[in-house]
Parts: sequence; structure tokens; C-alpha cells
Amino acid sequence: MSALTDLSLAEMKAGLDARQFSAVELAQAHLDAMAANRHLNAFIVETPELALTQAKAVDDGTRSGPLAGIPLGIKDLFAVEGVQTTAGSNILKGFVPRYESSVTANLLRDGAVFLGKLNMDEFAMGSSNETSAFGRVISPWKAKGSDAELVPGGSSGGSAAAVSARLCAGATGTDTGGSIRQPAAFVGIAGIKPTYGRASRWGTIAFASSLDQAGPMARTVTDCALMLTSMCGFDAKDSTSLDIPVPDYAAGLTGGMKGKRVGIPAEYRLDGMDPEIAALWDQGIALLKAEGAEIVSVSLPHTKYALPTYYIVAPAEASSNLARYDGVRYGNRVTPAGGNVHDMYAATRAAGFGKEVKRRIMIGTYVLSAGFYDAYYTQAQKVRALIARDFEAAFEKCDVLLTPTAPSPAFAFGAKADPLAMYLNDVFTVPASLAGLPAMSVPAGLSASGLPLGLQIIGRPLDEMGVLDAGLAIERAAGFSTRP
Amino acid sequence: MSVDSQTVRKIARLARIAVTDDEVPGLVEQLNGILGWVEQLGEVDTKGVEPMASVMPGNMRWREDVVTDGGIQDKVLANAPDAASGFFAVPKVIE
Repeated sequence: MSALTDLSLAEMKAGLDARQFSAVELAQAHLDAMAANRHLNAFIVETPELALTQAKAVDDGTRSGPLAGIPLGIKDLFAVEGVQTTAGSNILKGFVPRYESSVTANLLRDGAVFLGKLNMDEFAMGSSNETSAFGRVISPWKAKGSDAELVPGGSSGGSAAAVSARLCAGATGTDTGGSIRQPAAFVGIAGIKPTYGRASRWGTIAFASSLDQAGPMARTVTDCALMLTSMCGFDAKDSTSLDIPVPDYAAGLTGGMKGKRVGIPAEYRLDGMDPEIAALWDQGIALLKAEGAEIVSVSLPHTKYALPTYYIVAPAEASSNLARYDGVRYGNRVTPAGGNVHDMYAATRAAGFGKEVKRRIMIGTYVLSAGFYDAYYTQAQKVRALIARDFEAAFEKCDVLLTPTAPSPAFAFGAKADPLAMYLNDVFTVPASLAGLPAMSVPAGLSASGLPLGLQIIGRPLDEMGVLDAGLAIERAAGFSTRP
Repeated sequence: MSVDSQTVRKIARLARIAVTDDEVPGLVEQLNGILGWVEQLGEVDTKGVEPMASVMPGNMRWREDVVTDGGIQDKVLANAPDAASGFFAVPKVIE
């Protein structure tokens, strides 16, 4: 038998059910892999004692459920009771929640085993994991003939690196503008952001509340489906939680594309698009056509305004959400000698936040300030409405949309030092976030340099099933099997 | 619209983030780079378009106005940088 860590989540579930191995053996195999791969810096905190206690309870029969004994990594944005939770920021170093986020509570209810907290861009602001206060995460992938270290993408970069390097069966991620999909594409795994409101935001550290959604990252589409059903569900503690039943996605998954209409948005074919990315997209179109789908050309006319809209709306919401870090109730405090309470706030936040977070708080503060609110923030909210309308119109002609996930394969550290260059990496993922739509990335091929490339599927509101089915169809047809 | 060093200092003050004199010129440049780029939204015709604050259709849910939580003072204060006599403690506010 191959190493336990090489199994898919679904295979681990079957192996545990058939008692081919114990939950403790499975947890220990992953803890060993984590210890052997600390150079990737994927975990901020490892919780071996917690994991083994949870696994033992599964073996004893005192814990059960659809994910019983499945070893998972948890992005450091989710509060896990009794385990340091920092959002990758200095300002929360040492913060130990006395409560459990709703998403992780759902996973624990279903029997999952928690291996530790995964590194991420500070407060989920970044696309490369270079903004973490705990150091950058290194992708397990290298380009052919090169020894240069590459970014795992972001912000869920620790999740991506850990799943890809076989340090966990799956991981939680969060996606505000592409933070599940872009890192999944960079490391050759799958990841899905459900419809806004499917997964509770309660206990997940807030970045931009009208956009933030949790979702799973795993090596197969089926594994994502298994985790997604567990993570989602109504939660009275989140005012935007959807009170509607969550399907058993894994049970409903067929991968059938016969009679499905797949929309190809013309505006996503950017001028100067990387020919490798364009070729991968064409290949994906051909694969779905061969599976029986009808290919339809659609238009999303406001696509080019999605990024600037996002970079007003998200910082505006962030500046408000991050106002809570004032050194009073939790987190770290810096009090200058002889300073008053206002000096304490300013010094605490200057010391606690990193450069990118400060930049976004300041942009958000500016666009919400008197005299500029309408020109920036209200206008962005109006354009957001037009972007959502574009999708509504497109979905009258098709069932799902197919696009590339990212405009390039994984890049090197420091390659995008200019903030704007970094923001442009989210060009294909941000529009679906603004419209609150379910969207996933599936590995679909390799670049000439031997690095993974992903395709994105965007679905109608609440049609995660349709997104997963198209994802499975691509996964089967593309047969992506390369590993780092 | 572009920001100058005085505006950057004002934004920093509003955001309660202390900035040093050395940091200001870099922030002016970066913020102007980002603001100059987002200004392209001005060219979109949004006449008659309702601003979209949330993707959720309809109104927020209501619940009974009853106490659902409480009695966890120790948990609430557990992560406070400074707590005394069951309160959060801060530097002197009133001179």
C-alpha cells in the first residue's frame, strides 16, 4: 500500500471505515509529514496532541460522523477554541480564542481531526503569502530546471502548500477575492468558494464582510464536495447565513456534462494574455465539449472594472472591520511612555499591522471619508451592481462559466513588489466574488515550465452542485496527476 | 484626485495608525498609484443604478429580542492586554 498521506480524503474515509488503518495511524502519518516539511512554513501552530486525542476518540468510537478521523489543516483565520489564532498578524500573536468558529465546529461535529493552524497572508490580504507576520510559505513546487523557491499563492497559501505536499487530507480556506481559487491553481489542487451565505462567517476573522466566504481545499473534486457539505449550513449567529438545506454534494456528484451549457466570457480573453493560459483554456473548452456540453459565447461587459471596484469595496470594509484592533480587548498593545489612550491606539496599530494591511486600511479610510465617499465608495457599489447584473444576464444563456483561474503560473518571491502588480493577479477571480457566486478552481494542466495551471468554473447562486460536476468532468478528462 | 503628505497624515490619524516622517513619502506614492488606478470607475455610466451593499436579496433576518449570551466575563477578559477588577483597563482617559 502506498503511504497513507498519498490517499485522497475519500480513500482515507473508505480505509478508516474498512479498518485498514486507524485514525491514530492516519493522524500520526500526517504529523510525521508535517515535521519533515517544516521548511515550507505551512503551519503557524501544529497541534499534535489535539490531533491524536481527537483521532483516538474516533478509534474508540466516541467520535463519529461523515469526516470521522480525517486529518485537516485549518487556515489561521478560523477561531479554534484553545488554539492560537492570529490571521497571520503580529497584532493577534498570542490570541487564544475561548470559542469555536461555526465552520470548524461543523467539521468537529462531523468527526474531523485538526492538525494545526495554517499560515496565510496577514488578514487574508495578499496573493502570494508574502505578507504573513510568520514568514512566507514556500510552495512544494519548483519550475523545471530551476531551484528558485516559488509562492504558493494567497491568501490561503499555507492551506495550498500543506494539501499539495500531502501534509493534510484537506484544508479550510477563505476567499474574499480569490484566496481559495488562486492558491489552489498555483499548487495543482482543487478548491471551491461556495455562494455567499452558504458557510457561516461567525468566528472567522473578518476582512471584507460582504465578500468573505469559507470553503474547502483538497486534492480532488470529490474531496472538496465531502468537506463542503460539512462546512456549510445555516447559522443563526451570522446575519447573512442562508437558511436553506445543504445538499450532500459528494453523493450527488456525477460529472455529467451532457446537455449542460458552458459559457465562455469573451472579456476574459485579455489583450496580451499568456499564450499558455489561453491554450489551457481552449483545451478545457474542448474537454467539456467532448463530454457533451454545449459551448456558448457570453459577454460580461463590466469585467475590466471588477478589480478597481474590489480594491475600493474590500479596503473600505477592511478599514471598518480592523478598527477593532485597538489594544484594549484582545491582541497586543503598545503604550508610548507618557502617552494617552489615543497614542496607545496609534502605536498599537502601527506596530501590530504589516505594510499591506496598513495600506489597505488607509485606502479604505480615504474612500469612506467625508467628501470622497460618493465619488469612490458609492460609485464602486453601483459598478458592483452592474457586474452582478452581467452575470445574471450570462446565466440566462448558460449553466456554468469556464475561465482560467489565474493569469500566470506561480511566480517567484519578490516578483510582484508593486502592490498594483500583485492586485492584477486576481483579475479572473474577483468578479465572481463581487457577485457572491460559487466558483472553483481545478488543476487542468502544466505550464511549459512544469508548473500547475488551473481552470475556474463559476456557477449560478446556490448551484455548487453544477460547479462541482463541471469540476469533476475537467478533473477526469484532464487527468492531472503530477505532484510536486 | 491625488493625495499629498498632509492628506496622508490626516488619513493615518483617522485610521489611528502612527506614521513616521520617513514613511510619509512612500505612502503618498503608493496611495496615489492605487487611487489613480481605481479612478477609472468614474467612466462607468451608473445613472439610476442602486448601489449594491450586499449580494443577499431581501432584508436581514429578525430574531426575538431576548438575551442569548452572557455570564462569561472571564472568557471575555481572557485575551485582554490589561484587565483589572473585571474590566478592560486602558491608560488614563480623563486628565
